[in-house]
Amino acid sequence: MKLLSTKWMLAAVAIAAVAAIGSTGCKKAKVNAFPDSGAVAGWQKSGDTRVYEAKNLYEYIDGGAEEYISAGVVTTSTADYKYQSGLEATVDVHTMNDAAGAQKIMDHGQTRDAKSVQLGDAGIAYAQSVIFRKGPYLVRIVAYEATPDAPQALLALAHGIEAKL
Amino acid sequence: MKNRRDFLKSAATGAALLGAQSKLGLASMIDQHAVTSKSKVVVAKDPALHGTAAQPDEKRVADLLDRAIAAYTGIHNQAEAWKKIVPAGKVIGLKTNGLGGRGICTHLALINAVCERLQQAGVKPGNIVIWDRNARDLQVCGLTINTDPSKVRCYGSDVSGFEEQPMKWGTASVKFSKILTRDCDMVIGLPILKDHEIAGVTFAMKNMYGVVQHPWELHGSNCNPSVADLNCIPVVREKVRFTIGDAISSVYEGGPGFHPERLWYPNSLIVGEDRVAIDHTALQMIERKRAEAGVPTLEAAGRPAHYIATAADAAHQLGTNDPARIHLMEV
Repeated sequence: MKLLSTKWMLAAVAIAAVAAIGSTGCKKAKVNAFPDSGAVAGWQKSGDTRVYEAKNLYEYIDGGAEEYISAGVVTTSTADYKYQSGLEATVDVHTMNDAAGAQKIMDHGQTRDAKSVQLGDAGIAYAQSVIFRKGPYLVRIVAYEATPDAPQALLALAHGIEAKL
Repeated sequence: MKNRRDFLKSAATGAALLGAQSKLGLASMIDQHAVTSKSKVVVAKDPALHGTAAQPDEKRVADLLDRAIAAYTGIHNQAEAWKKIVPAGKVIGLKTNGLGGRGICTHLALINAVCERLQQAGVKPGNIVIWDRNARDLQVCGLTINTDPSKVRCYGSDVSGFEEQPMKWGTASVKFSKILTRDCDMVIGLPILKDHEIAGVTFAMKNMYGVVQHPWELHGSNCNPSVADLNCIPVVREKVRFTIGDAISSVYEGGPGFHPERLWYPNSLIVGEDRVAIDHTALQMIERKRAEAGVPTLEAAGRPAHYIATAADAAHQLGTNDPARIHLMEV
């Protein structure tokens, strides 16, 4: 009886492993990068996550979608957050085909006042935004006001997202 | 709303009818332009309008709008001035722009101020339709969807739907929102000034991409000549008669989305009838800011806004991009 159950367990593990390899090989595994309300101190998720595939990314960033599509975007997920001080922000998580695509987008938009931060494979921060990449993921967080607490609050949220990728 | 037969009937008589209706309101200004042979563009600025807060001061925005309209019309009584812009008893659409999301969309304070002034000029609340592509684009501006005709209406093309038959001009073959074709007699464009990843700059004419079903089909070759062609289709050319351009805040790079690191505050409104002259003026503002920020010109960045010159050419004749033929008033 014990031998039989061990065999079944091994078979189940093997099937699960093959399934996992198959799913990551064909398309990106679905990762929920968005922290729940309260998971990052002071931040509440204020709406549902909306997901756009490359083919309908125009609905979200019409005119700006081309840059992401040419860099190999697979999906873009977005959600809104609110900080305890009232600061509101939007998080975009772009899942690219590969890390090179994420790097291409990130390198394109940098300005001279970008401040390097320790996040994922590379990260930069401004007064009202944080951008980082980790593997095939490119994450962009923007706040709608330049409040004194925005830089630290955005960085904390970014770390919360990075931990889920 | 018009039924299909009514719509086809009005589309058939199209340009002449709509043009005549609009000219009722704009007659005096058109006469004035004929005298000077120049397109008037007013750039009204209030340096204290907007700081780092998410929204500008509402009172100051309303005052700035009044200043712009007074300068444009030459009439200081606001109700009388607006009567020169909008025809009586007609449905007036306000085409906003919420594509870039909350951080870079037509400012609510401006939309509210325009609605208030229209009503002071005698336009019934239900005869004002604030509209854009869809509910999301309107809600990011802070607007609430409303189809109750006893109040100012606000809804997107996701509610109205699109015409089944495409209309064509040059390279543009598009299905229009029924809000443009059926619900509105005249449209005032309320675009927001932005850099644009493909077109170079988006403002008065490019805002019309939000009135068609598949705008992404018009983005080839830096949107040239598609922007000009689209604006030449009679229903756009004749109904969209006036622009109150929102240059309160803007992105000079990275648009059309919101990039706070590229945000700047021109604190201005750009007002006029000549959509080409307005876009030319807006382009100069963007280029000046780009030079100041040390980023390449749009031409050097590979996205020249050549569609503006195309719109002014002999084939399109939508307006002028010749500075010598633009009467620029900075107030």
